[in-house]
Amino acid sequence: MQSQAEVKFGDQEVKHAQQSEFVSFTVAGQAFCLKITQIREIRRWSPVTILPHAPMDVLGVMNLRGAVIPIYDLAARFGLQQTEASERNVVIVVAVHGKPVGLLAESVSEIISINREEIQDTPPVDSRHTMEYIQGIISHDDTMVRIINLDAVISAPEQGLS
Amino acid sequence: MKTKVLAIDDSRTIRNLLAATLEEAGFEYHCAVDGRDGVDMYDDVAPDVVITDINMPNLDGFGVIEELRGEGINSKVPILVLTTESAPEMKARARDAGATGWITKPFDDQSLIFALKRVTGAVA
Amino acid sequence: MSGSIQDTFFEECEELLEAMDEGLTAVEGGDHDPEVVNAIFRAVHSIKGGAGAFGLDELVAFAHRFETVFDEVRNNKVELDTKLIQLLLRCSDHLSDLVAVARDGGTTDEEHHDALIAGLEEYMDDEEEDLTFEPMGLGGPSVPLPLAAEEEKTYEIRFRPLKEMFGTGNEPFFLFQALSELGPLKVVLDESELPGFDAMAMDDSYLAWNLTLTSTEPKSSIEAVFEFVEGLCELSIASDKDAEEEEAALAALNAAFGVSGDDSVTDPPAPFDAPAPAVTAPEASPQPVEKASSAKAESTKSEQRGPKPTLRVDLERVDRLINAVGELIINHSMLAQQIANLDVADLRDVETELEGFKNLARDIQEGVMSIRAQPVKPLFQRMARIVREASSATNKVAKLVTEGENTEVDKTVIERLSDPLTHILRNAVDHGIEKPDDREAIGKSRTGEIRLSASHRSGSVCIEIKDDGAGVNRPRVKQIAIEKGLIPENAELSDSEIDNLLFLPGFSTAKEVSNLSGRGVGMDVVKNAVTALGGRINISSNPGKGSTFTIILPLTLAVMDGMVVSVADQTMVVPITSIVETMRGSDDMINSLGADGTLLSIRGNFVPICDVASALGLRNPNSDQPPGVYLLVETETGQKSALAVDDIHDQRQVVIKSLDGVCGNIPGVAAATILGDGKIAMILDPENILAASTSSATFDTERRMSNAIAS
Repeated sequence: MQSQAEVKFGDQEVKHAQQSEFVSFTVAGQAFCLKITQIREIRRWSPVTILPHAPMDVLGVMNLRGAVIPIYDLAARFGLQQTEASERNVVIVVAVHGKPVGLLAESVSEIISINREEIQDTPPVDSRHTMEYIQGIISHDDTMVRIINLDAVISAPEQGLS
Repeated sequence: MKTKVLAIDDSRTIRNLLAATLEEAGFEYHCAVDGRDGVDMYDDVAPDVVITDINMPNLDGFGVIEELRGEGINSKVPILVLTTESAPEMKARARDAGATGWITKPFDDQSLIFALKRVTGAVA
Repeated sequence: MSGSIQDTFFEECEELLEAMDEGLTAVEGGDHDPEVVNAIFRAVHSIKGGAGAFGLDELVAFAHRFETVFDEVRNNKVELDTKLIQLLLRCSDHLSDLVAVARDGGTTDEEHHDALIAGLEEYMDDEEEDLTFEPMGLGGPSVPLPLAAEEEKTYEIRFRPLKEMFGTGNEPFFLFQALSELGPLKVVLDESELPGFDAMAMDDSYLAWNLTLTSTEPKSSIEAVFEFVEGLCELSIASDKDAEEEEAALAALNAAFGVSGDDSVTDPPAPFDAPAPAVTAPEASPQPVEKASSAKAESTKSEQRGPKPTLRVDLERVDRLINAVGELIINHSMLAQQIANLDVADLRDVETELEGFKNLARDIQEGVMSIRAQPVKPLFQRMARIVREASSATNKVAKLVTEGENTEVDKTVIERLSDPLTHILRNAVDHGIEKPDDREAIGKSRTGEIRLSASHRSGSVCIEIKDDGAGVNRPRVKQIAIEKGLIPENAELSDSEIDNLLFLPGFSTAKEVSNLSGRGVGMDVVKNAVTALGGRINISSNPGKGSTFTIILPLTLAVMDGMVVSVADQTMVVPITSIVETMRGSDDMINSLGADGTLLSIRGNFVPICDVASALGLRNPNSDQPPGVYLLVETETGQKSALAVDDIHDQRQVVIKSLDGVCGNIPGVAAATILGDGKIAMILDPENILAASTSSATFDTERRMSNAIAS
């Protein structure tokens, strides 16, 4: 049994060597994605603790197994319509500079595998945010999926509020 | 059989340096943290050679040599004095007490091994 | 634990410097016990020894002189008078600087360095000045010594041990073995002197050896083998090439020294006459750096016995444990809450068990916390230096007296106390202590005294810095505050309020920029540092008699007792230490003052109300929903305020979770905690809320402070 599983696992490894896996999700009606290796876990939204004097895109903090982690509204961060957080929404927990950070998204769509060559550069558009936050785009099932540049979206956590 | 060295020095740095050099050169290394500790450990370790510092709390190096030389059966074990004092009178005093030889700090690997070789015949 | 040998060295240096400081402080205090002097000598000596191993020449050279002077003291050749003690204290400071430079890089003040060396050399016996230590550091003009030709020579060696040799543990056999590594060796025993059995004395030596060695090595290498038995044997070494070799060597030497050849043939220059020892020593110098790096691979495994039965533990492990215990306590309260919510008739047994669980968890927590606790002694010892330096920079005389050095405080607290204490002490010397003549004129001793003490006081740590100087010059302080626009001209302030003006940002009373002040840091920085530790600082002053700074700190940074309250539908925690009293208010207790100010009347006194929700920006300041509950808090200045919250739940110990790295600094919020239901609650900083609040009715000190920040 065990050896079979290993063999199968090995096959997958070979197949995926040239490919990357991304998790796609919706934010304010638009499709975005993050590399699967950037994501620590995905949780259902539950009310967070508000941080006084926080900017619009910082929803607050939540308890992730004893750690206090900040939660950002991706939509507000991208300058889109703010997400009305509800139980249907999800929090994508990622690690930025080694620290966990939660990102509120409308919903998670699927895991997509794509070849590196399929990633296209972001065409120049007249929006600073877009150019900074979007690393590239991919076409998947006739829709455009934007690859998020995590480091640009969440700069050093200390500066998160400034 | 590895040559057994008992090093007596109150400086952790020197002990670690000795340990690194001696273990790499294939000696069996034991250490004591001051003179009293060294004399106490002597019987348990039964070393082939003793390396001792001079300036130490609780019995200095001269005291160590005197006590070890006083123990009859152990009187022949080579004792090397490890010291920054290169002054001749320091060596003379150590030798009068019964030291076999000396190693001047800072020592390098070669001179340490060379000194050990001359008193134990150990081949490193 | 990682740790190369060099790391070990610097770690050990810290301990040695501490021991040295402690000894010197005792000596300064009049304790001239030989063992104390010995201990200092050993500390300096060990630093020198270790530094030598790593080729830290400057450190070695300085430690050597320092040590030499101590040796003189030890041997009663030099008297420990005040002047020498002062010099030694300055040298010990400099030695720790040199260690720091060796570790972290940077430079030291060369002039200062040279002055200290000159000072030390005054006490050094010229003959004892051991220059054998210098050559590796000096690197002066090198004498081109003749290179030994790679030519094979045959040495005839006669070796006859004297009986003294056998008492030293030297064995001829091992010496021969070492010789044989230089080349083929022929050993012939000469037993001709052996007497008849009857005449033989057991401890005498009768044997001699004739050795023939063929080697490319120079004669000095052979002499080196016999180094240890020099003077304990009759030894002659003759080589077939001796004559030529000597001639070549002399010619080279003479060339180097510019001496005409013939005269000195029979009388070679003295330094080179010395036998073997010179061979091993110079070899040591070019190597240390390489050795240190190769030694790095060896870990600390070789350390088999420690001086004390202590355990060195990675701080990270302790912190992980502390976190885990914190979780345990949170877990307990969650469990308790869920059990309480159960629909069970009789919970008594469960509750008893739960109580036991809670007590155990607390015990574990206290135990774990105590691992992080350390005595303040090393910190206090460092402060003595600050006072010394500050005194000499301001031409004043001051000594530091410490008390309660064994009081244990959380490691982080100790680390973060260093800067504020340094600043307060510098200030005390600079602004508090008067010039010696002035002191004398008013009947004080010429030496000012600063008393630094630590003590435990009902669950917190109290650090007090008390000087016997002039005290706060209140009229001057007030005038400056007015000049700088920190308070209105007509402000009526109590003495205590004036004293606390010193903590206002940017406040500095120095009329001229001295060496110590004028660095752009004021007492406000001190206050911020203390507040960041969850502590409070207060100053009280007695004109002409001196000032006292009192710092109250939490025992640990990991837990605290808090009041759980509701503010704008959020659960928050207020530190118990800042709450004087809690009360439910009724409408008739609230009095309006001006357009937006409100005062709470408590037993005839009026106290400004600060609505926490509005201060935190969680509610419109003008909303008319009356908060029902008030927390009476008192600031350091003694100013009382009433914090209005929606409700009070209970009082409990909470685990502090830092928000550092989670989000930036939030005004009014000190940290966060996790409550029994798993939710995060903000831990409030009442002082900060009051400072940020715009609803305080009276123009209190805090209000001025916020204005000062804003302007």
